[in-house]
Amino acid sequence: MKPGIRFVARRLAALVLLLLGITFVTFVLTALVPGDPARAALGPIQGENEEAVRAWNERNGLDKPLPYRYLIYLGNLIQGDLGNSQASNTPVLEELATYIPATVELAVSSILVAGLAGVTLGVFAALHRDRLADQVLRVVSLGGMSMPAFWLALISLYLGFFLIGWFPGGGRLDPALNPPSQVTGLYTVDALLSADWAALGSALAHLALPTLVLAAHTVGYIARYTRTAVLEVIHNDYIRAAYAKGLHARTVVVGYVLRAALPSMLQILGFAFAGVLTGAVLVEKIFTWPGIGGYAYTSAITLDLPSIAGVGLFIAIVYVVVNFVVDVLYGVVDPRIRIA
Amino acid sequence: MNILSRRVLPRSKPLTVIAVTVIAIWLLVALLAPVLAPGDPLSQDGTPFTAPSGAHWFGTDELGRDVLSRVIYGARLSLPLALLLVVLSALIGGTLGALAGFLRGPVDGVLMRICDLLFAFPGIVLAMVVAATLGPGITNAVLALVLISWPWYARIVRGLVVSLGEAEYVTARRLLGASTWRALLDDVLPNIVGPILVLATLDLGGAVLLLSGLSFLGLGAQAPVAEWGSMVSHGTEYFQHWWLGLFPGLAIFTVVLAFNFVGDALRDVFDPHTGRAHG
Repeated sequence: MKPGIRFVARRLAALVLLLLGITFVTFVLTALVPGDPARAALGPIQGENEEAVRAWNERNGLDKPLPYRYLIYLGNLIQGDLGNSQASNTPVLEELATYIPATVELAVSSILVAGLAGVTLGVFAALHRDRLADQVLRVVSLGGMSMPAFWLALISLYLGFFLIGWFPGGGRLDPALNPPSQVTGLYTVDALLSADWAALGSALAHLALPTLVLAAHTVGYIARYTRTAVLEVIHNDYIRAAYAKGLHARTVVVGYVLRAALPSMLQILGFAFAGVLTGAVLVEKIFTWPGIGGYAYTSAITLDLPSIAGVGLFIAIVYVVVNFVVDVLYGVVDPRIRIA
Repeated sequence: MNILSRRVLPRSKPLTVIAVTVIAIWLLVALLAPVLAPGDPLSQDGTPFTAPSGAHWFGTDELGRDVLSRVIYGARLSLPLALLLVVLSALIGGTLGALAGFLRGPVDGVLMRICDLLFAFPGIVLAMVVAATLGPGITNAVLALVLISWPWYARIVRGLVVSLGEAEYVTARRLLGASTWRALLDDVLPNIVGPILVLATLDLGGAVLLLSGLSFLGLGAQAPVAEWGSMVSHGTEYFQHWWLGLFPGLAIFTVVLAFNFVGDALRDVFDPHTGRAHG
């Protein structure tokens, strides 16, 4: 087998094992829940009926030993059955599906903003190492990393909406507008596709504050990571040679320094993703953003366990898949990884 | 600590000094809360929603409680719990990591796979699931966060023990007849204390953030306890009364920022790649 293919295959096998492990963790957590699911599901009257409880347990496999129940759980998961939300009694998967596009839109825009700003600031700081600009950026990065996202959301909404009124107060779209015809579920993309400029403007305005709040936390990490990655390559002889033969500074930075720093910068992408998803859980509710973060918050507040477990499972799966993709990309940009 | 005083203090930057001062002030606030607080953090004898004024510097909340007193008493909860969280994680993770690095073989393999698995969840999401499963409450919140934090220590300590175990001076010591445990205690342990201290300091800010995050989600401290995260959570419900959320959030921010600055300075000292050490 070619080393490249073997590299991907090995990562894929690890991914599958990891996914199994994740389902095992969520299974253990949901199986350990105190309380009686049969009585909860049957309601107060049928719940008193011993016969009905026994039948329910038997039908749902709850009378079986734990390993067998895990297999049932896995089987259900494969069929997309994550259980029913205790609050609404609708399937968790269905609820997740309605909330996912909003979070995807928010997460992607935050990572784009944080990535662009973070890499630029990080390179700038590295090039001005130990000078005033570097120190200022250090304070700003650490400031962003230290700020509780939920607090920043509250303050920015108070200032941007309540006090100066530049931004809308929450949600994804002006209530007077109709959502653009659904293609991707991302309002900005759908509005672009259907050339609905009013909806596009409104969607962007609604996206601005939550994006900035989520990016604020991540941009510090990316900037500091980029700074380190750049500092590690910038003293190489070939960089000096590039400068010496008179190449323009921008050519050297983009073509030589960033190219060399790219593999290690890719790794931060996984962290950025985790940061944005974590932030979404804490922030979406404040912006009444109808995403899985707000859903997780509501589920946590009401202790709706199947929903919380569903969100946890979903986010973990997305997260490991993103890391898998990052790993593979890492192998693509850095050939040494494929062989090691 | 010798290495710290020798290498950090002479070239300590004003920012690090400010950060240490801020931490010291917060520790004092936590210690002296009953003396410093103008009132009882739970007493509801103010007028609800009074804006900040001479009588109530930080205003009053929806039940007429003095926000300043609640912020001050909040330090008594957040700081010790963050410390407890970090100490527990470092102890559990450090011990397991040292065992894995020392015993190697299947123990090592299993433990590292468990770590990989826990790394697969974004921190607060797993903590949220665990805390919700255990039931809301500050003790369960700390337990949930220990569960997600210890693998970081385990992985780093394991790496250190493995690399130190192969160091020549350890081999020499073994050849001179020292038992493996002696070597571990005398030669390896002193060399991993420094890095663990740095890691723990770096972690303190994050611990405060995570704890307040869980409380914000309603899974940590329960009413009527004065806790910064849950205070901000109440602030989001009474949006126009900005002082409810602003001040407890500011408390979290200053504490975390100060810890992060100190941790950052320490990391520079211990990491030669990014360090600013001259020479």
